[in-house]
Amino acid sequence: MIRTLMAATALATLASPAFAETISVAPGDGAQERLQEALILAEPGDEIVLETGRFDLTDGLSLDVDGVTVRGAGMHASVLDFSGQQGAGEGLLVTSDGVTLRDFGMENPKGDGIKSKGADDIVYQGVRVTWTNGPAATNGAYGLYPVESTGILIDGCEVSGASDAGIYVGQSSRITVRNSLASYNVAGIEIENSRKAIVERNYVTGNTGGILVFDLPGLPVKNGGEVLVRNNLVANNTTPNFAPEGNIVASVRRGTGIMVMANETVWIGQNMLYDNPTAPIMVIAYPLAFEDPEYNPYPREISIDTNQVDEGGTDPQFEGAQQLLAAFGGALPPVMWDGLEDPEMTTLMVHPDLAGWSVNLPEQGAGIESARPGPLDVGAIGQPISIEGWGAPEEMEARLK
Amino acid sequence: MIRNLAILGAAVATLAVSAGVQALPPPKVNDTLIASDSLPKTLGNYGFFLDRGANDPAPGVVPYRLNMPLFSDGADKHRFVYVPDGQEIGIGDQGLLQFPVGSALIKTFAFGAGDSQRKIETRVLLHRADGWVALPYVWNEEQTEATLALAGKRVPVTTPWGEDISYRVPNKNQCKECHGLEGAVTPIGPKTRNLSAAWLESYLGTVPEGADTMPRWEDRAAADSTASARAYLDVNCAHCHRPGSTASNSGLDLRWETDDPHAIGINKRPVAAGRGSGGLQFDIVPGDPEASILVYRMRSGEAGVAMPELGKATVDEEGVALVERWIAGL
Repeated sequence: MIRTLMAATALATLASPAFAETISVAPGDGAQERLQEALILAEPGDEIVLETGRFDLTDGLSLDVDGVTVRGAGMHASVLDFSGQQGAGEGLLVTSDGVTLRDFGMENPKGDGIKSKGADDIVYQGVRVTWTNGPAATNGAYGLYPVESTGILIDGCEVSGASDAGIYVGQSSRITVRNSLASYNVAGIEIENSRKAIVERNYVTGNTGGILVFDLPGLPVKNGGEVLVRNNLVANNTTPNFAPEGNIVASVRRGTGIMVMANETVWIGQNMLYDNPTAPIMVIAYPLAFEDPEYNPYPREISIDTNQVDEGGTDPQFEGAQQLLAAFGGALPPVMWDGLEDPEMTTLMVHPDLAGWSVNLPEQGAGIESARPGPLDVGAIGQPISIEGWGAPEEMEARLK
Repeated sequence: MIRNLAILGAAVATLAVSAGVQALPPPKVNDTLIASDSLPKTLGNYGFFLDRGANDPAPGVVPYRLNMPLFSDGADKHRFVYVPDGQEIGIGDQGLLQFPVGSALIKTFAFGAGDSQRKIETRVLLHRADGWVALPYVWNEEQTEATLALAGKRVPVTTPWGEDISYRVPNKNQCKECHGLEGAVTPIGPKTRNLSAAWLESYLGTVPEGADTMPRWEDRAAADSTASARAYLDVNCAHCHRPGSTASNSGLDLRWETDDPHAIGINKRPVAAGRGSGGLQFDIVPGDPEASILVYRMRSGEAGVAMPELGKATVDEEGVALVERWIAGL
């Protein structure tokens, strides 16, 4: 009886790949239509294989079939080249669930790189998005752009040159971003209006700001929080801000390491932060006027554990920086807080080994000219928090190669 | 014997059509094909039209127009609806006509005037048992056949104002980017508020409440500037910019019935506009169209900046003027 059952199980396991097809697409003439047609005609379980070479594309691609894998021969071997893109707001749009994107590159999309919207349980592994001309305001906004989704696993990816955030996760939950390289973007990695996210073991360098955890008003999904930022190397984020005005990241100061704006329950620990000369770690309230009655502009329950940090803010991009530096003995302490808080909540807890300073703004929305800077005076971190249920669901790991 | 007769019958029917003989009953729309799960290769397969050039609709295929149309690079559009015999049409959310399973919406996009008009593409929306399906067909040079183009196509065309553009026929997924709502394909255009009372009277036998309230495009100069602009934004933008659709994450909701000023963009900051912001702070700045991101993006023809993202290779100058006039008066 047991043997029969086992045989049945084995058959079931074998059965699904047996029906799944592998569709290979080569670069060359008609690549736009051939690749798009393959993406449309794919059935759940199918694999679309991008052969080695450069695919010259004129229009955005899209995938709307559940459970499809799109894989190439490597992030530098199979390249979707959008230098000649004429239409659509992104290079690839994914709107179906259970999709795996692996081992291909994308260059110079006119808008965003890969956007996955309402696409649950999506894996991005070994995917690269590069704007080859380096930082420029004319580059697209986001490299990897999952939004309004539950279950996002980003592993071993690379994004460079995005005029907003290299890896941007918005209005989503159950998120893991790890082992990835975000360089020469305005923001390296940004988690916005999202819940239950783990950002770990990334190398975030050459951006204006390294890792941003933001919560903004007026969006359909709000009240971001439960974000763990650990074991990242955040270094040399000193590129002048090149975001077009009007976007919230255009206000990020060059030299910001890890930045929390609003949000509830964020844990920042065991990161290495070097050469982020405005502030290695910055915690602030949303600085602008807003009308959303459900929005809380203050950071709440932000814990900063031990992190390996250099001397701190050696070249802060603020008005009055020289006086500040003189007052603090040549460098601003590594943790910067704007001093604003929700009176009902604990705002910030910092490990005693880390020094900090407060801008001591008088109220939400006040400008830096009303600052009364002083040393940071907040409590020490308490017990480690539970991260049960944070990060991409465990079963998604099985889809990694 | 039966088979032979059938073949003979088909041959006679074909002959009759090609010879333009009017005496025989015209071929019926292929209901089986609409209902099937196939992807028919040509538009002719459906039997929506009596002629190969898709000018004469078959019985049951009824032309209609919209008060406020979607701008598509200045294409002239020929719209038809087909509902199987004896089926009822309902009225749903926003006054959207609810066509029964087996129905089809057919829209041909053409450029050029009069006899020199050239059809570029025909898009069909088929209501099948498991939902609506959107399929694009591209016309041949001879204008005798339109063939399925699942992956879309680029076609050089000259707009009515003489601009040479690379016109984009959307791929099947891009159809859904505009026609998708809560993950399912749905018709957008035929809402009672955007259909004339006369057409509704003749087609439905009734004029529902709230029908024919959107101003007609050609009457826009005389119409109320708010009504014209809001109708334009509803038709051109709100299929994506609304809850449950492609651009829901922007928080911008441009539907006709939306009355929250922030949701329609007034003093609203962009979320993910990137360089689409044009260095501006708000979607709509009352009284100042030049400072409004909405106008900036409507005025752009550049991928990554231009709105709408799909179906637009050239700027709708008259549409921009309409929206500018409204914002200037806010």
